[in-house]
Amino acid sequence: MSETFRPDNPDQLRDLLAWATSEEKTIEIVGAGSKRALGRPVNADHVVELGGMAGITLYEPNELVMTASPATPIAEIEAALSENSQQLEFEPPDYGPLLASASGGQGGSGARSNAPAGTLGGAIACNLSGPRRVKSGAARDHFLGFHAVSGRGEIFKSGGRVVKNVTGYDLSKLLAGSWGTLAAMTDVTVKVLPLPEKTRTALLVGADPARAVQAMIKAMQSPHEVSGAAWLPASLADGSGVELVSGQKGSVAALRVEGPGPSAEYRCNALREMLAEYGGTEELHSINSIAFWREVRDVMPFARPGDDRAVWKLSAPPASAPELVAELGEIEGAETFLDWGGGLAWLALPAGTDASHEAVRAAIERTTGHATLFRAPEEIRRAVPVFQPQPGARTMLAQRVKAAFDPKGILNPGRMYADI
Amino acid sequence: MKMPEPDRETLAKRVEIAAALSRIVTAEGGVIVDEDELRPYESDGLTAYRQPPLVVVLPETVEEVRQILRYCHENEIKVVPRGAGTSLSGGALPLADGVLLSMAKFNRILDIDFDNRCVVTQPGVTNLGITNAVQHKGFYYAPDPSSQIACTIGGNIAENSGGVHCLKYGLTTNNVLGVELVTIEGEVVRFGGKHLDAGGYDMLGLLTGSEGLLGVVTEVTVRILRSPETVRAMLTGFPTSEQAGDCVARVISAGIIPAGMEMMDRLATKAAEDFVHAGYPLDVEAVIIIELDGPAVEVDHLIERVTEIARECGASTIRVSESDAERQVFWAGRKAAFPAVGRISPDYYCMDGTIPRGRLTEVLRRMAELSVKYDLRVANVFHAGDGNLHPLILYDANVPGELERAEEFGSDILKLCVEVGGVLTGEHGVGVEKRDLMPEMFSEDDLNQQMRVKCAFDPSSLLNPGKMFPELHRCAELGRVHVHHGETRFPDIPRF
Repeated sequence: MSETFRPDNPDQLRDLLAWATSEEKTIEIVGAGSKRALGRPVNADHVVELGGMAGITLYEPNELVMTASPATPIAEIEAALSENSQQLEFEPPDYGPLLASASGGQGGSGARSNAPAGTLGGAIACNLSGPRRVKSGAARDHFLGFHAVSGRGEIFKSGGRVVKNVTGYDLSKLLAGSWGTLAAMTDVTVKVLPLPEKTRTALLVGADPARAVQAMIKAMQSPHEVSGAAWLPASLADGSGVELVSGQKGSVAALRVEGPGPSAEYRCNALREMLAEYGGTEELHSINSIAFWREVRDVMPFARPGDDRAVWKLSAPPASAPELVAELGEIEGAETFLDWGGGLAWLALPAGTDASHEAVRAAIERTTGHATLFRAPEEIRRAVPVFQPQPGARTMLAQRVKAAFDPKGILNPGRMYADI
Repeated sequence: MKMPEPDRETLAKRVEIAAALSRIVTAEGGVIVDEDELRPYESDGLTAYRQPPLVVVLPETVEEVRQILRYCHENEIKVVPRGAGTSLSGGALPLADGVLLSMAKFNRILDIDFDNRCVVTQPGVTNLGITNAVQHKGFYYAPDPSSQIACTIGGNIAENSGGVHCLKYGLTTNNVLGVELVTIEGEVVRFGGKHLDAGGYDMLGLLTGSEGLLGVVTEVTVRILRSPETVRAMLTGFPTSEQAGDCVARVISAGIIPAGMEMMDRLATKAAEDFVHAGYPLDVEAVIIIELDGPAVEVDHLIERVTEIARECGASTIRVSESDAERQVFWAGRKAAFPAVGRISPDYYCMDGTIPRGRLTEVLRRMAELSVKYDLRVANVFHAGDGNLHPLILYDANVPGELERAEEFGSDILKLCVEVGGVLTGEHGVGVEKRDLMPEMFSEDDLNQQMRVKCAFDPSSLLNPGKMFPELHRCAELGRVHVHHGETRFPDIPRF
């Protein structure tokens, strides 16, 4: 019979996993459970909830560092940080609404609530990052160290609490994006950074993907330190909660700059001048900017209530975006918007029986990069490769790395690939 | 420092091994066996250790690398990869019974892609070579280790190199998009590329900083950045190191992340000033150079704020560069600090610990005590913004016992770094130098878990053995799981 365990401390977790590996019982690791609809479904013998260990254990604003238990809600982390005008610079997304809308608002906060659904550990374990990825890196770039219990039932650590550290292998990178398949973390240490004083967003209205991507490339090549570059087709810009965006009645390319007041204003003006050759421009100030980029971050264009289409996340070289959008557009009912200066394409299409995985993967094959099936009914995520299939030698190395941490395969079995 | 006992059988097969390698790499001079010609390879930047390799091989193609590694794997011959040999931790120190695999001939840039803001290059290209190739369009490669004129990008990946600007722009690991790697088993694999996030397990992140123990990198994709519109530097001097430490902390807590923030103590400042005449104040305990970059309007604004903070902290000197030439002068002394210290002492030993910034004053005080205890002078140069210390211990190798004393002093400094919540090495790597100190920071379980990762890539422990880990266990032994069937179900764990 499946049981749910809720250890209070790392020693209990170690005892539990040592037992599980001895008995070869599989375990699903859960923080807040907000990402269970992401990745491949896991059917484990038992569930371990890490919520019993939640909380911030160290926060030194002057040192730009924070340590917390992985099950600490992002909402709690962000509240503590904002008191000191700091933030997680990788902009952890909140996919609550995106994942809930497909199930008709059941099982999550269908309507937009202010508190994000996930935990810090979840954002790191899935290496999820927002629009600032283009400038500031991914979750993994802000992840300094951890303690964890391996699938062997042993407590171990890696990294530390300082940014500059090359002592031993950087296992933090391996754990970020491993979806709980290597170890169950018991604390994580992250770099935190100052909140920008001001945010400005320059908008380019009415550009098709080719021109919009051209404009975004030009902006990203400028010295203006663009910290977000996205493009929404007219059909999706129309649904934005930010009136200056929805009111344009056309496609919108958006470029964000952040920093001290005079600098953000100067750079926004410079970008608008640069964009003028591609079409009409507009700008968003701080409050509208924050609202707009939150929509992009959380894939809100595909999170409208009742939207039950399959959603794909494609990472490709930014300059290949027009080609990719065109090719994906050939798929019946497909709709795409871009983030990361064109390097990230969000695609929605009718789920059907297989989320058109062959056509999507064929497209990404041509541009290079990878495609992840991000939202789809469980039966499709079970049948279709959710993560980009890897060539033979890479699969072999991944299997060996998995075995190095979890030789009996007890942790989140099948979460990433059928055999990992 | 003890290296693994050379394998007699391998030593005896030297001629045979050289012949086999010559069949793989047929270019003239592709295999070196002559003792005089081996000498230049006998050490790297950590010159206290010397060991000529069994043989040197210089492949020119990925296929040759693949065949060399496969041959060494099949014949159980150790391999030490080498870039420019500038490692300060002995990462490229050869083994008597090992093939030294030099990547020097992989020296071409393959693709400059401004639209995707990246460069695809062979690993033997120098760090500065990448910036040189893109600066005509106003771009640069951000990580800038002080050896950037000589060190290679492949070596930077192996060591996860930093530099003075990584406070704002990150280390190598934050600036690499992809690699092509050849495993010891001769498999060619690619991780990442021109897109973001490598997909699957983040092997790219794992390989960066793995010190040549996991594979040989044959191609690298790095991101390039547009140079900032304006760069200005401030030269500040403080009567006490407490005030200097306070200034660093207050700049950061004001929400300002400078492009670089470098500190030097009195001894380092004096040595640098005598060497390059940068105009450093000599009546202070600490000098901090703070560099700010961005649009002029931002830089001017931040300089005002930092000036105010420095004044509040009691700075006795505050100068702001009015031209790029003046900025270069401010930096000249800092950049020449190591050779400058080399002029005031026959030898010096460069350390590389990192500490939480807030512990700086305490660490400096205790380091001064250690200096008295070991009767050796120490000059301090450090990346103050990120807490990365480079104490330079001055000694004379010709005085019997001084090298040993310097090494002991150094290891006490690193233990101190760990004690206050820091780490053994911030950017120079573990190599052979800090290998035996690893247990100061890691438990046996921690180290065993790292070695299991090594086993996943190199099951026979042939790649760069003797580096990073104090002792290498056999992979079969590490992989064993201790099974306790029938144990209780741990009723004290809350369930529901």
